[in-house]
Amino acid sequence: MAELLLIARMGGRRIAFPASEIEGVVELEGLTPAPRAAPHVAGLSALRSRVLTVIDGLASLGIGCTDAAQLGDAIVVPSGGHPYALLVEEVEDVVEASGAPVAARASIGVGWDRVAIGMVEAEGELYLLVDPHLLVAGPAAAAAA
Amino acid sequence: MDELINDFLAETRDMLQALSGAIVAWEAEPGDRERLDEIFRFVHTVKGNCGFFDLPRLQHLSHAAEDALAEVRSGKRVPGARLVSAVLAVIDRIGELVQALETGEALASEDDEQLIVDLHESEAAPAVSEQEVVSPAFTDANRKGMRSIRLSVDLLDRMMSGVSDAVLARNELARRLRDADRDVAIEAAFERVSACIAEIRDAITRTRMQRIESLFAPLPRMVRDLGAELGKQVRLEMDGGDVELDREMIEMIRDPLSHIVRNAIDHGIEAPDKRGGKGQTGLLRVGARQAGNQIRIEVTDDGRGIDAETLVHKALAAGIVTPERVERMSPQQKMALIFSPGLSTASEVTAISGRGVGMDVVRANIERIGGLIDVDSRPGEGVRLVIRVPLTLTIIPALTVSAGGQIFAIPRSAIEEILRVAGSAVRIDTVGEARIATVRGRRVPLVSLPDLLGVDAAPDAFGAKIILLKPAGGDLYALAVDMVHDHEELVVKPAAPAVMAAGFYAGTTLADDGSPILLLDPSGIANEAGVRLEGDESDRHAAPALADSIGRETSLLLFRGLDGGLRAIPVPVVERIEDVPARAIRLAAGKLRVSTGDRIIPIAGTAVAPETGLLRILRLTDGAAELAYAFAEVVDIRAVVLDLKPATVPGEIAGVALVDGAQVEIVDPYWLFAAHGDGAPSDDRRPVCALPAGDPWMDNMLRPLIESLGYHVVAAGPGVAADILIASAESADPEKPATGEVLRLRATPEAPSDDDSIYRYDRAALLNALSRHAGKGRAHG
Repeated sequence: MAELLLIARMGGRRIAFPASEIEGVVELEGLTPAPRAAPHVAGLSALRSRVLTVIDGLASLGIGCTDAAQLGDAIVVPSGGHPYALLVEEVEDVVEASGAPVAARASIGVGWDRVAIGMVEAEGELYLLVDPHLLVAGPAAAAAA
Repeated sequence: MDELINDFLAETRDMLQALSGAIVAWEAEPGDRERLDEIFRFVHTVKGNCGFFDLPRLQHLSHAAEDALAEVRSGKRVPGARLVSAVLAVIDRIGELVQALETGEALASEDDEQLIVDLHESEAAPAVSEQEVVSPAFTDANRKGMRSIRLSVDLLDRMMSGVSDAVLARNELARRLRDADRDVAIEAAFERVSACIAEIRDAITRTRMQRIESLFAPLPRMVRDLGAELGKQVRLEMDGGDVELDREMIEMIRDPLSHIVRNAIDHGIEAPDKRGGKGQTGLLRVGARQAGNQIRIEVTDDGRGIDAETLVHKALAAGIVTPERVERMSPQQKMALIFSPGLSTASEVTAISGRGVGMDVVRANIERIGGLIDVDSRPGEGVRLVIRVPLTLTIIPALTVSAGGQIFAIPRSAIEEILRVAGSAVRIDTVGEARIATVRGRRVPLVSLPDLLGVDAAPDAFGAKIILLKPAGGDLYALAVDMVHDHEELVVKPAAPAVMAAGFYAGTTLADDGSPILLLDPSGIANEAGVRLEGDESDRHAAPALADSIGRETSLLLFRGLDGGLRAIPVPVVERIEDVPARAIRLAAGKLRVSTGDRIIPIAGTAVAPETGLLRILRLTDGAAELAYAFAEVVDIRAVVLDLKPATVPGEIAGVALVDGAQVEIVDPYWLFAAHGDGAPSDDRRPVCALPAGDPWMDNMLRPLIESLGYHVVAAGPGVAADILIASAESADPEKPATGEVLRLRATPEAPSDDDSIYRYDRAALLNALSRHAGKGRAHG
């Protein structure tokens, strides 16, 4: 069976996440800052009785910072026993991949390189397939590993 | 069928766990019929079930073990070390097979035959059994028990989080109702829903509680195996297995506890020939008990102990401390160096306890769940480690504060005092870049929470408060915040690593309105802000655990009695707090008694049994006997230096003392146990007092007094041994007992010259003479 992909827009690009790693898509209600936490942590938000650690995807990539005042959709990713919410500009669709991901042979850019699984084709378009766990772990974890 | 086999596997696993203690006990005493029967029943049950499920290997093994044990039971064989080991090996293999079946892995190695041969070969010499062994009927007594079902832990967790959601929804609804127009009918309905939710939450919290037994169960086996491997003889004593603790908490303590036990056997207890006068067998004690809202687990060994100076040398060599700092350290702080990372006290690295890593990891694990660990040792006499952990992992009392407009929580356990900056009690000076708060003549470093967080403090400094914090294992410092809000019970969850990276958060929680709150970690703040330890003061947090040896601070449980009076009792004698139904309390055999679990214990603190409802009791223990004390509510736990004003007559209340400015009656546990206990633990440990037979004054007036001091009273007569013999000064001198003394009482206040008798109503002199002996009797009891 072909893999399901969640297509979202982040940093102006359309990227794909493996849907199996995603718990759901939510609209965050409020954001509580977490002063002096790692730079890619935008803050905390409550989802029912759980506390989600909100991740600024752009900061994790090191290519900018999401404007906290304009919260878009967030993707809920359980990772390492903690629930995270990954901020994206917009969640577009869930589609079926038409093949297995392949390594991107072109340079996809600093930051993106760290989180990319490869390229994947779905419904006639080519997307960058991103590992959400690497995105929530942030650049510091990658440096330590 | 699948379900049946799963039930069988789970049951077998549980039985194996429960059995591990029995196996070790049986090995120590192969003649112990009860243990033997227990093990026999196990293999018998396994054999029966395997036949049903067609599991030939398990059946083969259990059958062979059953045969061997049956021979022992019928007296045809004497169980020796080899047989015990062979049976153990078979039982281990059964465990491995069960595990393999559960996980669906390939089955373990194939040398079952060798195990079975071992069973037959051991101790070839047949037993010369002279006495007839009566085989008791196979009983299923242990199998009866409570009605219970198996539930998956996931389901429990889902229930818990469902209830948490319900609580939040209720809070939300409560807020909406407050804003809306009042409607009595709706409010009444809401109250009902509220009460239901509270009850469900309570019940579910309780389902998460587990007896600490499950934590202790693997210890006997571990101690046995380690002892055998290291050639040491260790006797394990366990106590308090019925104390209940949050399931998650038990899992968190499991590893630290086994590490401590391993350490005690590996490094603590000496080889039999090096133990000197202490006897060849080392003693390891593991005990648990509930003290207020904490569980206290104590591990004591009587091994070689830890030498504080050796620790200091190693710490100096490893660069963990500086010589200047060492000079200012208390013995307690030196001992606590054992928890420093990268320090190992063993001169050799061993396979059992490893190297370097160890106690620092143990401490880190305990502290992560909000617990404390203290160590106390005397070289040559042993080590005592005390772990104190909160009852549940999830709910902690906290204070909410704000800084820069955002709300944070601080665990209440670390808070010493809250002060207003504007008040006259506090002065703040700036010394270089640092700020120092002077509180009643005491200088403590001041950390500003807004500065630390890198946020702007709220502009109206007028409301600013400082909180004196005393983190676990650290020193007092002051934290400035913008505002102090409220005391709350918070459900705390761990925070994500990226948040913890800040170094001063302990977890996350949700406020009543559903917004997230970060819980601050007081010792993390101290580290992050560079607060230096104050060397010359002993760690106050270590004090309650070692109250006898250091300082005179007593840890007291403050409560209200049924009559509304404010009382206190030393925390160490309180085993736990329980609610008992009124019907469990009966005036029986001359005393008010309560039945709880499978025991009947005397109850004090109330003269009449309540008719209905629940009664809260403190379960008190003196180590051997138990006693219940009825009370209305817990007020607090305080560590105080007691200035006791003694009561005029000895009784339930030892005296009165000031605690936080209020007069508090201090309950006298000694008197309680003497008066209400079911006698001292056993008659032979009590001092014996002989009274002349047939003297009505002695029998009616004196006897109750003597008995209340813990004496066992016997009738005097020739050949009666007693610690003290009471005689009337007016009658002829009695025959002096072989041991003990004679106490002569006279009926007139004035003493004849050179007479050592005591006037019989001189209570003080009488008590003095009697308690001198009572003390002696207890001392060698």
